[in-house]
Amino acid sequence: MDFLQSIDWMLLLRCFIVGGLICIVGQILIDKTKLTSARILVIFVTTGVILGAVGIYKYVIDFAGCGATVPLLGFGANLAKGAITEAQTSGLLGAFIGGVKASAGGIAAAIFFGYIASLLAKPKIKKQ
Amino acid sequence: MKSIETKQEYLDYVDKKSPNSPILRNCFNAFWVGGLICSIGQLIFDFCQYKGLDDTMSSTVVSIILIGIAALLTALNIFNKIGKFAGAGSLVPITGFANSIVSPAIEYKSEGYVMGVGGKMFTVAGPVLVFGISTSVIVGIITLFFI
Amino acid sequence: MRKLGNQTILLENPPYILETSSIVGPKEAQGPLAKYFDQCLEDEFWGEKTWEKAESKIIKENVNAVIAKSGIPSTEIDYCFAGDLLNQCISSSFGLREINIPFFGIFGACSTFVEGMCLGSIFVDSGAAKNVLCATSSHFCSAEKQFRFPLELGNQRPQSSQWTVTGSGAAILSNTNLGKNCPQITYVTPGKIVDMGVKDGNNMGAAMAPAALDTLITHFKDTGRKPSYYDAIITGDLGYIGKEILQEMAETKGYNIKSNYDDCGVLMFDKDAQDTHAGGSGCACIGTVFSGYFYRQLKERKINRILLMATGALMNSTSSQQGESIPGIAHAVAIENITNK
Repeated sequence: MDFLQSIDWMLLLRCFIVGGLICIVGQILIDKTKLTSARILVIFVTTGVILGAVGIYKYVIDFAGCGATVPLLGFGANLAKGAITEAQTSGLLGAFIGGVKASAGGIAAAIFFGYIASLLAKPKIKKQ
Repeated sequence: MKSIETKQEYLDYVDKKSPNSPILRNCFNAFWVGGLICSIGQLIFDFCQYKGLDDTMSSTVVSIILIGIAALLTALNIFNKIGKFAGAGSLVPITGFANSIVSPAIEYKSEGYVMGVGGKMFTVAGPVLVFGISTSVIVGIITLFFI
Repeated sequence: MRKLGNQTILLENPPYILETSSIVGPKEAQGPLAKYFDQCLEDEFWGEKTWEKAESKIIKENVNAVIAKSGIPSTEIDYCFAGDLLNQCISSSFGLREINIPFFGIFGACSTFVEGMCLGSIFVDSGAAKNVLCATSSHFCSAEKQFRFPLELGNQRPQSSQWTVTGSGAAILSNTNLGKNCPQITYVTPGKIVDMGVKDGNNMGAAMAPAALDTLITHFKDTGRKPSYYDAIITGDLGYIGKEILQEMAETKGYNIKSNYDDCGVLMFDKDAQDTHAGGSGCACIGTVFSGYFYRQLKERKINRILLMATGALMNSTSSQQGESIPGIAHAVAIENITNK
């Protein structure tokens, strides 16, 4: 019960709205430009890195929490944040290490779960 | 209708003939599914904080759990139905990145675990890592010289 | 056999279509034409480990079925013309590697079935062959995997996209009707490659319609026939968008085909119930709809003259990634009941 009391419900609402709005931008790109999903993911990640690097995105994160970090923009911003922090502490080497280090958990999880899933699952037809 | 002679005339004509996507409905679905996924992430994040993890660790836990759920739903042949319904709502959050790695891994299993699963796993998500990481290295280098 | 006009061939000993056979996948089996197909599968793997193996099995079993139905021993079939959508036509060559019939692997994308009928009927008419086998196949899953995305990817299919038909169509052309009542191929109009600059791989109907228009008009000019001569003019897989384009563009050129024209991609699925967007596509689309539905209609004399025109989009995933437009092609054969009952 303590956990429920610790939840910031207004933050959760802002998270829902901002996360949803970012997805609407993606949906408009899909429907209006005929870009493939790979291209859309690339656009979001790269934009995230740039927004993170110029320092805008951290305000969005402060405002919306996971509504900003869960979309791929956040993944990009996290790469940028890692690269900047690490570059400031360990120089040139840090510029190479920082980004991947900050997002290593997500990347490793995706690869690992992907491999496990391929062991267990069989391709199926879309019933749509 | 008048007769069509040039390629440009034909392309304009085709544009007119091709049905548009139901963009309003798509945006609405993308909005609430995307918002919901982020909110689930937020609850996980809050729980990590409640358990005493710091911001960075909590974010990583959120990513790993959402990726794990997306991978499981992909393997169960459910994620593609969510994706068909929600479009960008499930693509743009980190779940879309996970799905784009897990789906080719399953599909190309028939070509073997090394060149099939291992090799084709990044056919869709590879570009995301290439552009994301390369840009972050550039950002890091720029930081060194200018800040 | 002689050439008429620009590109049509008049067959003076018109070959009989002795027998046809069709196998379709589970989704097609839920469509409006289900009852006309010889065999409907319950799942897309059909007991095989991969989509590609399943497609090979489909064409193999369908060829065996058509030979069995025809009553001709396979040793008397002189040549086989077959092709499909997979790289290097592996479904056909792997599926048919054990049939022991001289084999021509052909590629015309979704126009392959009629391309095979064009070539096969010329072989029979010329006397080079007594019996010829034409076959084709396609499979939704192997085609998606090769041309688009993994099946598990959570993407949305655009409204203009078409659904590749899982299945196989096969026909035996012969210089004799074995005393049966069989329709004959009277004219062959091979098509030219036509590219009007459409680049969207999710709008194949629009990419192929100009090629269909070209072949259609050429056929009428070469033979002197009018659209009304035919009981049915049937295209392969233009789908809803391509069908409308062909119809309207033919009208601007002075050919009204509204009353007797239809498309196999439109006929194959129930658009709303099956969510197939712009309709069916793939080699097997016209292959199964002709073998299953129209061949029966001809045999039962519900229709007597049909212009069968298969359309193909001659592209692959490399060409679309390189930003190339999609060249289309359409081959036509005129099929008629000539012999009196």
